Amino acid sequence: MVYPDNLRYSSSHEWAEITGKTAKIGISDFAQHSLGDIVFIELPEIGREVKAGDAVCEIESVKAASSIYTPLSGKIAAVNNTLADAPELINQKPYESYIFTLELSNPGEADKLLDSKKYAELCEKEAGSH
Amino acid sequence: MTNSYTPHTENDIREMLAVVGVKEIEALFDHIPPELRAKSFNLDEALSEFEMLKKLNQLSSNPGAQTVQFMGGGFYDHFIPATVDALVSRGDFYTAYTPYQPEASQGTLQALYEYQSCVSNLFGMDVSNASLYDGGTALAEAVLMAFRAVKNRNTVVIDASVNPLYRSIVSSYLAPLGYKIVEIEPKDYMLDREKLKKALDRDVCSVVLQNPNFFGAADDFTDIAELVHSAGALLVLSVYPLSLGMLKSPGEMNADIAAGEGQSLGQPLSFGGPYLGIITAKEQYIRTMPGRIVGRTADKDNRDAFVLTLQPREQHIRREKATSNICSNQGLCALRTLVYLSLMGKSGIKEVCSTIYAKTQYAKEQLSTLKSVIVSPYASFNEFTIELPADASELWNKAVEKGVSIGIPLGGFYPGKTKTLLVSITEKRSKAEIDLLVKTIREAL
Repeated sequence: MVYPDNLRYSSSHEWAEITGKTAKIGISDFAQHSLGDIVFIELPEIGREVKAGDAVCEIESVKAASSIYTPLSGKIAAVNNTLADAPELINQKPYESYIFTLELSNPGEADKLLDSKKYAELCEKEAGSH
Repeated sequence: MTNSYTPHTENDIREMLAVVGVKEIEALFDHIPPELRAKSFNLDEALSEFEMLKKLNQLSSNPGAQTVQFMGGGFYDHFIPATVDALVSRGDFYTAYTPYQPEASQGTLQALYEYQSCVSNLFGMDVSNASLYDGGTALAEAVLMAFRAVKNRNTVVIDASVNPLYRSIVSSYLAPLGYKIVEIEPKDYMLDREKLKKALDRDVCSVVLQNPNFFGAADDFTDIAELVHSAGALLVLSVYPLSLGMLKSPGEMNADIAAGEGQSLGQPLSFGGPYLGIITAKEQYIRTMPGRIVGRTADKDNRDAFVLTLQPREQHIRREKATSNICSNQGLCALRTLVYLSLMGKSGIKEVCSTIYAKTQYAKEQLSTLKSVIVSPYASFNEFTIELPADASELWNKAVEKGVSIGIPLGGFYPGKTKTLLVSITEKRSKAEIDLLVKTIREAL
């Protein structure tokens, strides 16, 4: 499993790449691996105001359907339309396959997210409990 | 044995009660408060099998059992070829359910897959599911589908000439969910297009229409599809499936979701069910569709194989976020429809539609000759309304004494229409029976 140092992570397994007042959001290597082959993603609605922890869209793999939760608050600014036709990119390159971008309404929230080291520990613990 | 229908002996019963730890059968009902339990049942003495047969034979030879039927309103007395019963009675098909290990039952899945293909073709739509309960619940599910497909809109606009039973099912489904229902009153028994235009605000998620509508008026909603789409909403149609051999299909009208009562395609009336809920949609909405969908694939040896597909929509995977808590389908009824459609073929369906249409026109012409009766002027496929000079229910009571059930009095559904009768014709009604209808109404007036 790979958890790049430049990203922040949520305990529900999303990553955020924060640049000033915007952030790209995707799901982690651990998340894509747990889901298995991803076959469908319902992208969120552009312009929607969301709060950290809100379920913003759905992802389906061959064995499960799950919600994706935004790790930060703000407005959905863009979505990665490439994924609509090729959701398997999330399995192949989880950190290049962002799902949506946010205009952050409260950039300070980023401090509450996990760094790569703490996130790796969380994943190890979850993997052990299965 | 204590009686013919329960095989347990006194001894069996004693043993079973001992295992559960109660003294008598009555004790099993102790959790029901005594005041809610029946003290006795107002039933006749039980009959022996022979006595029962004799009684049933008497009932079926009663003139009332041969009543000529002109009642419809969504459920019609169509002919069902004997082949339908013969084929679906094969033991191989004897379950109404999709099997719990579905992929082990390739025959059942293939039948449902072919059902989906036939129905999609007939409706002119991209996809169909493996069936729902009946036309009313299918329409309610279609409305819910639209709410999932178009987010953040909370109103559904329904033409009040959609079957009143279906409208009541839709409102039962929607009431606890907080959605708003706006009904459009029809004008001269047809959709009031001006009123609909005014009702189309930014909160409208879908517009629900029926063709032919409850009064039997056949319409073309292609213009409405364009109007509804330009308002960002979906067009949901409820149609009479058999009529699609003659009338424009939901696909041709560019509807987004279409539902229908499959009773007309090989199901007997049998006192109200079981019937068949048909639901179809454009492919882009397939993930919002409820119920089971059978797909075709290839196994590891590259042979054709059938599977239940897109299951993450369903409750056993998506849990509380499932598209619907419908997890079963009308397997046996869907099979009847498949056999019926296969037997009839494209040309057979067209032929039966032409027969129904011609007989309906004949009935309208003949009823128009009655001085005090006004036959509705709109285009009808199989059904039409007539205005009578007297109360329609009273007239029906008189006519049924003579062996003719002349139609549905509409007062019960539309309070202002106590003198209106809805008359339906099927391919089974002969010229002599239609003439009898006219004579019976003339004499009863």
